[in-house]
Amino acid sequence: MDFLNAWWMVGLALFVMLFVLSQSVFFLVKAVKRARYLEIDSKDIKRTITSTMVFSIAPSMAILIGLLALSKVLGVIVPWMRLSVLGAVTYELPATVNVVEGVFNASIGTRIADPQIFVTVLWVMTLGIIPPLIIIPLFLKRIQGRVQNVHQKDRRWGEIFMSAMFLGMISAFLGYVVAPREDAVTGEMYISFLAIFTLLSSAMLMVIFGIVIEKYKQAWLRNYALSFSMLISMGLAILYAFMGVR
Amino acid sequence: MYKSYQDRVHFYGRIWMVSALVMMLSIPLIISIVLGTWPEPGPFIRGFIATAIVFWAVTTIEVFTFSPMLGSAGTYLGFTTGNLTNLKVPSALQAMEALEVEAGSEKADVISTIAIASSTIVTTLIIALGAALLLPLTPVLESEVLQPAFDNIIPALFGALGVAFIAKAWKIAIAPIAFMLVLFLAVPGTTDIVGVLVPVGVIISVSVARILYKQEKL
Repeated sequence: MDFLNAWWMVGLALFVMLFVLSQSVFFLVKAVKRARYLEIDSKDIKRTITSTMVFSIAPSMAILIGLLALSKVLGVIVPWMRLSVLGAVTYELPATVNVVEGVFNASIGTRIADPQIFVTVLWVMTLGIIPPLIIIPLFLKRIQGRVQNVHQKDRRWGEIFMSAMFLGMISAFLGYVVAPREDAVTGEMYISFLAIFTLLSSAMLMVIFGIVIEKYKQAWLRNYALSFSMLISMGLAILYAFMGVR
Repeated sequence: MYKSYQDRVHFYGRIWMVSALVMMLSIPLIISIVLGTWPEPGPFIRGFIATAIVFWAVTTIEVFTFSPMLGSAGTYLGFTTGNLTNLKVPSALQAMEALEVEAGSEKADVISTIAIASSTIVTTLIIALGAALLLPLTPVLESEVLQPAFDNIIPALFGALGVAFIAKAWKIAIAPIAFMLVLFLAVPGTTDIVGVLVPVGVIISVSVARILYKQEKL
């Protein structure tokens, strides 16, 4: 029985997809209405939508690579469902490995044929990432209230506080890029100059776009500068790798 | 008016989130019922503990770290649909940065929501298309030539994002970046816990910002 690709599983995945799309459209409509009330220019709203959509294409392709990796173990439909909701491949893959290899001592490289392993993976994947779905409905209003309090009490500090939060996150990922990583074949630890060069290229491209925006008054580019910097530097990563940079 | 908008966001957000919780729990439930197979307690508990011990902590920390950045509706939506650090948070940040809205303001909240919703629609459709066309797409996704591009999305993303935010507040950025560079270079295996290190970076940068602000150096 090919339960991994059964028609009713496709139905479940379609339902999940429709749920996520409905929620997105619901909040998009509400936010656009509110943006108009706040007198945000319609052009800016449209640019935000289109630039974010363009920006999302490349990371979505990376998610497809995760889908491909997971499909080798779980079939296509479950990864489709799982990657459309809470989590990411950085969660789904370790959760699968924990059960398939860690518990059942089976191979992560072959498709699961035993329904027992399959349902165990599913339940672990679902319950292993459940806290935000409980914490947020209970506490988000309070968290946001506190953030608003900081902002209302001292507007200047509120703005600095938010910038500092963004920088805290960014700093962790800058460290992540330079960290030594393990070669998948030899097991040797190395620093990826390819990753560092890609990071620096992306940063430099952003600076160049910034100059073009300011000097040549190309305000429209502001919305696309990050997407273009990201895509071009990904192209440069291919070039660097071709030149032998690792 | 602002309060009532926020109240409505929380009202609908909670409904959506509780519905998402029910839906997510229903999936393994329905599959177990149809297949007539349920996890055995021993293997389930072992797999669950190995997973939850890391990811319950990481996702709990993420709620408190990312929700002030994403705003109310952005948090309800972003945490239902996932892919936060690689997609939703950068989408929101780049949209707020592009429009130069004041961080933490209602305008920022609304722009963040528009960005996260737009991003989710694209990603959801691409994943669905990818699932339908996985066979013909496999040679592209596994292409050795394209591999360096796909492997380096995070550097490509955070290079551009980093320079945009560092340029605005470089005095705040120095300490957390220096700390993270030393930590990641000196301690092997830290890449596996980057999610836990995000709030560490946030604590350092907020503390530095507070000191500089008090000393009127910002």
